[in-house]
Amino acid sequence: MKRYYPPLLITGILISAHLSFGILEGYSRTGIAILVAIAAELVMGKLTYGKWPHPASAYITGISVGILVRSPFLWTYVLCALVSIASKYVLRLKDRHLWNPSNFGVSALLFLAPASASLLSIQWGNVIWPMVVIWILGAVIVWNVGRLHISATYVASFLLLSFISSAVTGNTWLATVAPITGPMYQLFIFFMVTDPKTTVHSTSGQVFVVFLVALVEMFLRLNEVVYAPFYALFLVGPTSLIVDEWLRSRRSVTVPNVAY
Amino acid sequence: MTLAARARALWVVWFAVLAGSLFAIVRLNKDAMGAVATSNRFGFTLVESAKRLGVDFVHQGPAFDRKLDHIMPQVASMGAAVAVADFDRDGWPDFYVTNSADGSLNRLYRNQGDGTFKDVAGELGVADVNRAGTGVSMGAVWGDYDNDGYEDLFLYKYGRPELFHNDAGKGFTPAGEKAGLPAWVNANTAVWLDYDRDGKLDLFLPGYWNEDIDLSRLQTTKIMPESFEYAENGGRKYLFHNLGGGRFEEVSAKLGINSRRWTLAAAAADLSGSGYPDLFLANDYGIPQLYINKEGKQFVETGRESGVAKTPKSGMNASFGDVFNDGRLAIYKTNISEPGVLVQANDLWVPKKESGGGLQYDDLASSLGVDLGGWSWGAQFGDLNNDGTLDLYLTNGYISAGERSSYWYDFAVIAVGHSAIIGDAANWPAMKGRSLSGYQRKRVWLNDGLGRFTDVAQVVGVTDTYDGRAVALADLANRGVLDVIVANQHGPLLIYRNTVEPGRHWIELALEGSSSNRSAIGARVELQWNGRTQVQEVSGGNGFSSQNDRRIHYGIGSATKADRLVIRWPSGKTQTIENPQIDRILSVKEPS
Repeated sequence: MKRYYPPLLITGILISAHLSFGILEGYSRTGIAILVAIAAELVMGKLTYGKWPHPASAYITGISVGILVRSPFLWTYVLCALVSIASKYVLRLKDRHLWNPSNFGVSALLFLAPASASLLSIQWGNVIWPMVVIWILGAVIVWNVGRLHISATYVASFLLLSFISSAVTGNTWLATVAPITGPMYQLFIFFMVTDPKTTVHSTSGQVFVVFLVALVEMFLRLNEVVYAPFYALFLVGPTSLIVDEWLRSRRSVTVPNVAY
Repeated sequence: MTLAARARALWVVWFAVLAGSLFAIVRLNKDAMGAVATSNRFGFTLVESAKRLGVDFVHQGPAFDRKLDHIMPQVASMGAAVAVADFDRDGWPDFYVTNSADGSLNRLYRNQGDGTFKDVAGELGVADVNRAGTGVSMGAVWGDYDNDGYEDLFLYKYGRPELFHNDAGKGFTPAGEKAGLPAWVNANTAVWLDYDRDGKLDLFLPGYWNEDIDLSRLQTTKIMPESFEYAENGGRKYLFHNLGGGRFEEVSAKLGINSRRWTLAAAAADLSGSGYPDLFLANDYGIPQLYINKEGKQFVETGRESGVAKTPKSGMNASFGDVFNDGRLAIYKTNISEPGVLVQANDLWVPKKESGGGLQYDDLASSLGVDLGGWSWGAQFGDLNNDGTLDLYLTNGYISAGERSSYWYDFAVIAVGHSAIIGDAANWPAMKGRSLSGYQRKRVWLNDGLGRFTDVAQVVGVTDTYDGRAVALADLANRGVLDVIVANQHGPLLIYRNTVEPGRHWIELALEGSSSNRSAIGARVELQWNGRTQVQEVSGGNGFSSQNDRRIHYGIGSATKADRLVIRWPSGKTQTIENPQIDRILSVKEPS
């Protein structure tokens, strides 16, 4: 049942936000991103592993793409979803994919097609309550799946590091933390940085890595990179996985498992 | 095949899928940037000729309260405007341009008929209108509100709006308090229209900033939009019903117009086919609004139902054009597109042919190639090469300052902030001399008549990179071609003189109402020629802070005759002219 919590949360966020504020470019674009992601997952999963994969993960990828990508062109949604899923099957290390799929997809899209697409970068309405609802629901759900420490560490790191950014740039602290009050960040905090497949194994390692994400993001922001969180995760995520796997392999060599 | 070999083969396949998708993204992104012409084979050229024509106007921007110094280039980013009319009835189009610094002078350029212009604003009383304490000019529109045959001038400001009566082309007199205009409005657009078809021009004046704000004397810095895309704390809207005798009654609430969105552009045309002018509002920080006119008794907002208000953007232009030559007026709304940061894309809302009860629109901007125009401002439809299809001239560019530095990152950061953050100017990061979508390449999109527009700006001669705001089209020398006037913020007024290659024919119409308003604003004209038709309407202000010449211009390509002109006057009368003469300006008076 727990595997359905994140898809249910993100669907709830999408529907309530769109009905309240019309945040989507259109149902068709989000719909096609979901369909492409699920179709690609089913085809690639079945052919690769010989069994039908559960579509929940692909659904989250597709809906994330549908919410995040802002573009007048339908192809951006199709290709972003396809790239996201394909990355899971191509960019792998020891049977794990290196990038969170939608993080890879949107980063690639932003980097390769800047004239055609941007990301969701607005508030949903002018009041704080939609965000409060998302924060509460999101916190409950990531706590339920044992990932609250990751989200919480990221938020705390972002807020603290914003003091440094503010001091360096001379901008007010409120202006510096403004992005985290927007919905784009909620998807990032609750769905991307917590992805179980692309986080390191130990709890302390997860806390450290997500702090690194916030730290790299701060440096990117100081260099005026608009979509800093996505690029920070893009850089730190796979690197930490590689290091994690290397450390684990060293431990397994030096301290062989002994079955009793 | 072993399992390992099969896995390797599949990996290669998935790698190919991934690489192919990434390659496709790069290619499609290149295509999305639009077709750009590289050779001159379009039948016209535009040569910037302002100084040669005697026009040396350079716009001065406003300077507001020092509390806004850190973002002054943004709050002082508008005010360059142009409006065309033959104010002295000598048969030659003149134009009025606004200035926006305290104490600066607006100009009225009289067309001397010999190809040159002379500023007569001072001697006629419409120059010194930016005096301290009265606000600064944002634009103007011409309309004969008292039907005396001379176009009067309405000046909108961030300040006290002014209505000037045209005294037979010899001077202008402020209409004074009896006109009933409000003491202060922060507006960037106004439209003359006869919404109730009573033969007297009414005036629509939608606000941008809240009218309680005097930007030169701020009580608080909490004046900014409450959201980048959902703001409803802008200026109120005014609809002034013309009572006659130089008096107006404000009726917006009574007729159902209660919006407080941040309107930057508005235009009126009969979009619903009712015979009454509807209103389209392009709003900054939100969705646009489409007010359908119910027989002059009510305006009903149908933005969402009609499809034009699906997505909140940063609307900055409202203009109409029959882009397919099938009688449907499409709406062109400009927005912001900045590669890598914000791709709102411009909208071209085309009415569906079969909408089955109610006006329905599809956005065809991407399909037709008129979507990406940078930080877009004013745009106008007109047949620039007289080939029989409407082309589209777009100006753009927000703030051109430091060439190697950009404010975009900080702008993106604050734009996403909660209302408590974005709404207070004190929270906005300082601009520090940086550009924001500055030095942009303009667009002159040529309509091939087959559903595709090609940008020919660079090859036909439009190479400026000023911060363009208003665009107005007019046949300044009565030659049968549309020249282009562009008002630039903090920049020179440009006049692109048009030369169309021989053998392309045209018709122009100078309409005069009798039972309709004398300016004929709202008259709908259909020209039929060579199996083709094109509809245009006389406008009382459209684009961004601009007004084209009221005379309607048609190019008819190589056709040597036109079959029919059908004029539907604002009064509802229909007049048909068979076999109208071509290659001349036809003066048509409404039959009594």
